[in-house]
Amino acid sequence: MSAILEVSGLTKSFKSGVREITVLDNISFDLEEGKSMSIIGPSGSGKTTLLGLCAGLDRASQGSVSLDNIVLNKLTEDELAQLRNQEVGFIFQNFQLIPTLTALENVMVPLELRGEKNIAAFAKELLSRVGLGDRYDHYPSQLSGGEQQRVAIARAFANRPKILFADEPTGNLDEETSHSIEALLFEINKEQGTTLVIVTHDDALAHKTDRILKLKGGKIVS
Amino acid sequence: MDKRTSIQPTKYSLTWPLKMAWRDSRKSKGKLMLFILSISLGIAAMVGITSFRENLLLEIDDQAKTLLGADVEVKGNQPLPDSLLFAFYELAPEMSREVYFASMVYFPSTDGTRLAQVRALSGKYPYYGEIETVPEEASREFQNGMSALVDEKLMIQYNVELGDSVKVGQQTFKIIGRLQKIPGQTDIGATAAPVVYIPYNKLDQTDLLQKGSRVNYLNYFQFSADVDTTGKWSNLVEFADKKGYSIDDIEERKEDTGRAFRDLTNFLELVAFTALLLGCIGVASSMYVYTKEKIGIVATLRCLGMKSGQAISIFLIQVGIFGFIGSAIGALVGVGLHVYLPILVREFIPVELEPSFSWLAVLSGIAIGVVVSVLFALISLVSLRKVSPLQAIRSDIGNGKVRIDKVQVLVGGIIFLFLLTLVYLQIGDWADAAVFTVGLLLTILILGLIGRGLALLIKRVMPDSIPYVWRQGLSNLYRPHNQTSLLVTTLGLGTAFIGTLLFMQDLLVDRVSITGENDRPNTVLFDIQTPQKEELKQLTLDYDLPVLQEVPIVTMRLEEINGITKREALADTTVNIRDWVYDREYRVTYRDSLIDSEKITEGLWNGNYESGDSIFISISSGFAESLELEIGDEMLFNVQGALVKTYIGSFREIDWRRVQTNFLVLFPEGVLERAPQFHVLITRIKNNELSARYQQAVVRSYPNVSIIDLELILKTLEDILGKIAFVIRFMAFFSIGTGVIMLISSIVLSRFQRMRENVLLRTLGASSTKLWKIIIAEYFFLGGLGALSGLLIATILTTLLGKFVFEFVFIPNIIQMIWVTLAVTSMTVLIGLMNSRDVIRQSPLEVLRKEI
Ligand SMILES: Nc1ncnc2c1ncn2[C@@H]1O[C@H](COP(=O)(O)OP(=O)(O)OP(=O)(O)O)[C@@H](O)[C@H]1O
Ligand SMILES: [Mg+2]
Repeated sequence: MSAILEVSGLTKSFKSGVREITVLDNISFDLEEGKSMSIIGPSGSGKTTLLGLCAGLDRASQGSVSLDNIVLNKLTEDELAQLRNQEVGFIFQNFQLIPTLTALENVMVPLELRGEKNIAAFAKELLSRVGLGDRYDHYPSQLSGGEQQRVAIARAFANRPKILFADEPTGNLDEETSHSIEALLFEINKEQGTTLVIVTHDDALAHKTDRILKLKGGKIVS
Repeated sequence: MDKRTSIQPTKYSLTWPLKMAWRDSRKSKGKLMLFILSISLGIAAMVGITSFRENLLLEIDDQAKTLLGADVEVKGNQPLPDSLLFAFYELAPEMSREVYFASMVYFPSTDGTRLAQVRALSGKYPYYGEIETVPEEASREFQNGMSALVDEKLMIQYNVELGDSVKVGQQTFKIIGRLQKIPGQTDIGATAAPVVYIPYNKLDQTDLLQKGSRVNYLNYFQFSADVDTTGKWSNLVEFADKKGYSIDDIEERKEDTGRAFRDLTNFLELVAFTALLLGCIGVASSMYVYTKEKIGIVATLRCLGMKSGQAISIFLIQVGIFGFIGSAIGALVGVGLHVYLPILVREFIPVELEPSFSWLAVLSGIAIGVVVSVLFALISLVSLRKVSPLQAIRSDIGNGKVRIDKVQVLVGGIIFLFLLTLVYLQIGDWADAAVFTVGLLLTILILGLIGRGLALLIKRVMPDSIPYVWRQGLSNLYRPHNQTSLLVTTLGLGTAFIGTLLFMQDLLVDRVSITGENDRPNTVLFDIQTPQKEELKQLTLDYDLPVLQEVPIVTMRLEEINGITKREALADTTVNIRDWVYDREYRVTYRDSLIDSEKITEGLWNGNYESGDSIFISISSGFAESLELEIGDEMLFNVQGALVKTYIGSFREIDWRRVQTNFLVLFPEGVLERAPQFHVLITRIKNNELSARYQQAVVRSYPNVSIIDLELILKTLEDILGKIAFVIRFMAFFSIGTGVIMLISSIVLSRFQRMRENVLLRTLGASSTKLWKIIIAEYFFLGGLGALSGLLIATILTTLLGKFVFEFVFIPNIIQMIWVTLAVTSMTVLIGLMNSRDVIRQSPLEVLRKEI
């Protein structure tokens, strides 16, 4: 199998005043298509930063990321956006649903962006899949946190991404809800054969993935 | 393994931003509408006034001939000499004559007397338009007998009926028609100087044409169809012009009338423009906050693969659509306004106005509205390009700050040019347009800075010791997401506008309110012949009235200043003397001493002339200043044929607000005694009944004497000023209305922020009374500060206007200022409270869930 995500020599540093702090220091790893991986590590170790770089939300200071054989460094912002639309799904810690859109419309956005027609049925199906078939015309403010995260999952899978990034998807939820969300995530992942990258603090969750990447102070420790 | 460096392009949906724009606006329709509504009133005023102006110019064009009533009017203070008359006659054989002058008229049936404009007419004038009378045929028949036409309002005022008589000078005429309208006359004109028509051939019988009285001789000509108005005619005109006759043709009359109204419409359009600009700033600032709110959504959409340009399109589409709706509403109101405006100013205009719908005005109004809302929104919206998808996972990045970049500067430049062009289109002069636009923008900037400065100042100096609610309310002024600058700007500009209008009105009304006090003179007798002087004095004393002043008046013209004649002044561009200086008639008096309304400011005054000396005269300092004259300059006067050489001996400052006969030029005694002259007598009459009896007595014995009743003039003037003030106030409403809409929308904008804080405070146990107090404190300071900065600007503006335009000193009226401050502040607090209602009434959870 070929690697869908290849990270080599990735370094990210921020300038704060005259000082330069290196948040990620020479990170390299590969991830094969269809596998799952979790990134763990203490707060401030650079997990979110790494995820952002892998998903093409940010640019590296040094080193390269290639996603599905495309080298991200060389793409323009708009090309990166296209790439995300075509191949990447994203789940956020704080859900990031668009407050002015209904649940259904939120799920449809990635497909509508690329001009696909007749997608409402598919989007409704996805919502049913996450157990919200009867809530599709509700706005995010009318949903609970767990429900919002389920809509976010449906949205993340809507464009049938090759790879899905999730940054502490259950960080804001209680234990019980967390478990059901996690279960859902893994189920759909299996169904669609999506590659999964999860940032988490939860050891139990981490051990469910094929591989664990442990960060500390911007370096891989195991 | 091979690496790809490019990806397959996605076919982005073109309609998606449209769909997204609609969906996104569902929850903020009200808000967007409110932002955009702030331009509606400006657009309304613009459309209304532009249509009105177009309408007016069109009508003036259409009715140009009836404005003059003839093809050419020749006017002078001497009858046209026969040689000239025949020359004109040859080219335009159809001619009418008119002589007009001011004289007392007397209505024997009701014993009323009134100063009127007497017009003696012969011929078929007017050739275009009509002298409108009731009955209709009276306007043609009055020339055939001892008949007169009398201004309708005058007849009503003096309770005179058709068939009654009117005495003009020594002759009594039968009133056979009520005069309703004469060519070119406005209602205001008719009120100020009511007209009485008498036949030309009966003029002599009135015995009113004596030397000294101011008489105008007019000849109206109608061209025959085949006349050539270029060669011979224009030579003739030039010749008559040189002889001191003024010649008016239709084209010129049209231009004069148009010019007179251009000032009015320019003023109205600038008011409209200010309202519009105020609205634009409202749009810009609302969009600034709106854009900040949308950053989160944009970041998420970017994560999902939206291109950066699409982000701008979504919100630009919203603004465009709501801008269209707002402008369309504005245009609709504008159409209503343009129907109402002619009614509002009916009395000022000499033409009949049928409001006609102007598509051009409506469409350009809507177009301007859409363009300005898009442009002003774009300032903030372009920053959405820069929103990084990273902001979705890390909300602190960029901290929601909208940074200024090159594109914003570009948009700013485009806006400036657009505004400049808009103003230019209204006033037609680039320099003036630039001054106005830059001035207005500077004012806005200054107000914004005052707001920001205040916020910083409060932060610095607020003592901890003041009560908690006040501290909380005040600190709302500088904490993040505050609207202090914006609100101070809007409130300030609105207040500045209203303040300036109020102050100006005060200034102008104050200037004419001179007869308030009891011992002031209020009656002036004019045109007294020298032999009548003593008798009239006696008559006045017989009525127990004081003779407050008695002055001789000699009329003269200026031939040369320092040896420069009018022709030389016109030919030589380095000479800075305007032609009115030569054209005007100087009414001069002579005295041996100064009176108490004048004061020598420079030079020496000697009231006695010894024959053989040079003649030293004294002129008013204002007149000297405008002509740049100096002590010792030579002035050559033509005193009804005799040339008199004089030198400027002194400048006098004259208090024109005192009722005296004041003169630009004062001669010493011993020069003009034998020149043809008439006299003026000033007295004071305490009650109307006595005034009427006295006036009747004077008119019966001395029909040539004109009586000016200052009370009457003042009433008329106040009436006119009142009407003007109403027009101005009506227009000011648009700015104030815009200000109120902006106030509401900026409060609505900052509401969510406030709600969170208040909910927090409430959760922490603050009582609602406390919350109300905090809100009151905040808006009290905002309103008060806005009002005070606005008043400051109004004061500066009025002072400048007073100094440079109206030439008098503006003394601010403190009481009025306090009222304005109170009104603006309480309005701000009221709107603030109304908008905060649900913040306090609803449960915290409800609030947090509802508002997004
Ligand atoms: N834009 C930035 N400028 C400066 N420093 C930054 C920036 N973004 C991230 N950092 C720093 O990089 C380090 C890593 O941040 P990151 O968010 O990746 O940590 P994390 O592992 O996700 O932590 P957490 O588990 O708390 O989410 C932190 O010390 C953070 O302060
Ligand atoms: Mg993190």
